[in-house]
Amino acid sequence: MKISKETVRHVANLARLGLTDKEVGKFSGQLSAVFEYMEILEEVDTSNVAETSQVTGLENVKEKDEVLSWTFDGSVAGAGVRCRPAVALREDLLGASELPVESNQILVKAAIKKQ
Amino acid sequence: MASLNELTVRKVADGLRAKKFSSEEVTKACLERVEARNKDVNAFVLVDSKEALACARGIDKEGFAKSDSVLKGVPVGLKDIFNTKGVRTTCCSPGLRDYVPPYDATVVERLRASGMVMVGKTNMDEFACGASTEHSCFGVTKNPRNLSKVAGGSSGGSAAAVADNMCIYALGTDTGGSIRQPASFCGTYGLKVTYGRVSRSGVTAMASSWDTIGPFARSVEDIALILREIAGHDRRDMTTPDVEVPDYTKVLGKGVKGLKIGLPKEYFGEGVEKETREIVMAAVGRLEREGAKVVEVSLPMTKYAVAVYYISMPAELSANLERYDGIRFGKKASKEASGKIKDLVDQYFVVRGEAFGDEIKRRIMIGTYVLSAGYIDAYYKKAMKVRTKIIEDFARAFKKVDVLIGPVSPFPAFGVGEKVNDLLAMYTADALTIPANAAGLPSLACPCGVSTGGLPIGLQIIAPQFKEGLCLQVGERV
Repeated sequence: MKISKETVRHVANLARLGLTDKEVGKFSGQLSAVFEYMEILEEVDTSNVAETSQVTGLENVKEKDEVLSWTFDGSVAGAGVRCRPAVALREDLLGASELPVESNQILVKAAIKKQ
Repeated sequence: MASLNELTVRKVADGLRAKKFSSEEVTKACLERVEARNKDVNAFVLVDSKEALACARGIDKEGFAKSDSVLKGVPVGLKDIFNTKGVRTTCCSPGLRDYVPPYDATVVERLRASGMVMVGKTNMDEFACGASTEHSCFGVTKNPRNLSKVAGGSSGGSAAAVADNMCIYALGTDTGGSIRQPASFCGTYGLKVTYGRVSRSGVTAMASSWDTIGPFARSVEDIALILREIAGHDRRDMTTPDVEVPDYTKVLGKGVKGLKIGLPKEYFGEGVEKETREIVMAAVGRLEREGAKVVEVSLPMTKYAVAVYYISMPAELSANLERYDGIRFGKKASKEASGKIKDLVDQYFVVRGEAFGDEIKRRIMIGTYVLSAGYIDAYYKKAMKVRTKIIEDFARAFKKVDVLIGPVSPFPAFGVGEKVNDLLAMYTADALTIPANAAGLPSLACPCGVSTGGLPIGLQIIAPQFKEGLCLQVGERV
């Protein structure tokens, strides 16, 4: 199956992936070859075959309803360098952003244009 | 006597307890090896010698009690996909080049509790996507046995670090062969566990229904020791069932007498190099002489596994990588590009266009395409059905035999640059490792010989789910 440049642009748009014109041309050729290879699956009769989305048979896994201690239990690890908090702090999580932070929120560009 | 950095986990643990040497001395030996070799091999992308030595000294000071973990004070290398609190974790992607995680992955937390001494973070294909560690923003990892060859991938750094004695053991991830193939290329042991045997919490997701975590080591006994420490249920990963974690060392020394070994004929057919086939068969012959019963079996769906994988995996990957938008973490838009950004959607396009390398862009597009309206039935759902048939293949085989054995890779390590521009050649290199991931089965890669070109050849032992012990029992005799 041939993947045209137009299709590459369409898919990149769906994936919010910025591509240069050069990349569009390159990926069109490469992805065509990959999808041609995938046609091999047409050989397999899959009528009445169920889809597999997970392999260990787990269903509706829920957590135990129990109260947890939110601080690291030092007795597990002993003392010294290994004793670190197991739960990430709010400041740490916000600190991971390279964007400006104001009142515990990360500032981004507007999603909706001003009227 | 071997240098300290060449010892196994068992020997280091015994030596520490007998006070023959200290953790600091072992760590120093590993760091010296890194210093001497990493510029050529490029196994590590981050090493903090001061922190590692300080950690080792702290552990030496505590001493080693009988109840302490066997991994206490044993230097380890971690693939740069495991979140390590306060230590840069990049997935070898330009978009995460400066990312410092605010928390530890569950396995890292467990290793820390055991008394981990981390030599550093190891190289990998960007977001674990590749079979050669050539798609890394830190450059290629070379095969320590022959620097003109690749180390394999995506956990190439971990495999090379263990094979080249830069650390005593390492952890990696295996989604389609990313532990076993580099282990086999570099000549070490590497275990892909049953899906869900080891918690994936805090390990960057690639393809969530395929991803597994496992160890690299220089002996089967070491693999057994490490697995015991990292396996088991984790409340932060809902795909880890509450299946008992046995003492895997108990199977050691049992031998293979009476065990039934199946040789899938598709694993020895077309595309597999003659020498690889012969070396694996010679190892099988040794097992037969020790009393194992060897029979041929058939896994007819084998030839479809690569196509199934390259539909299902990119679909899951593209969904997992949606979170990389440069907002909560990761690189924001570059200075040059940020002028062009008018709104939030622009920001996504710019950040994601800059954050990912070619291979990731390709896979995001494959995944987005197979999930898009009009194609989801023809590709995604079709692949999920053929995956069911792959699982049925294995179920039928395991009614007749205890384990399956085949080559890990159809050929030994290939040249750096040899396949990097030929997508299909790179993708099909994983043809023999992908099926075990499709069915969530454990598989142990064991070195079993050396090619005439001096490159290691490895075989894999595949067992039913949660029977890692069987892989180890047979692997010990290879």
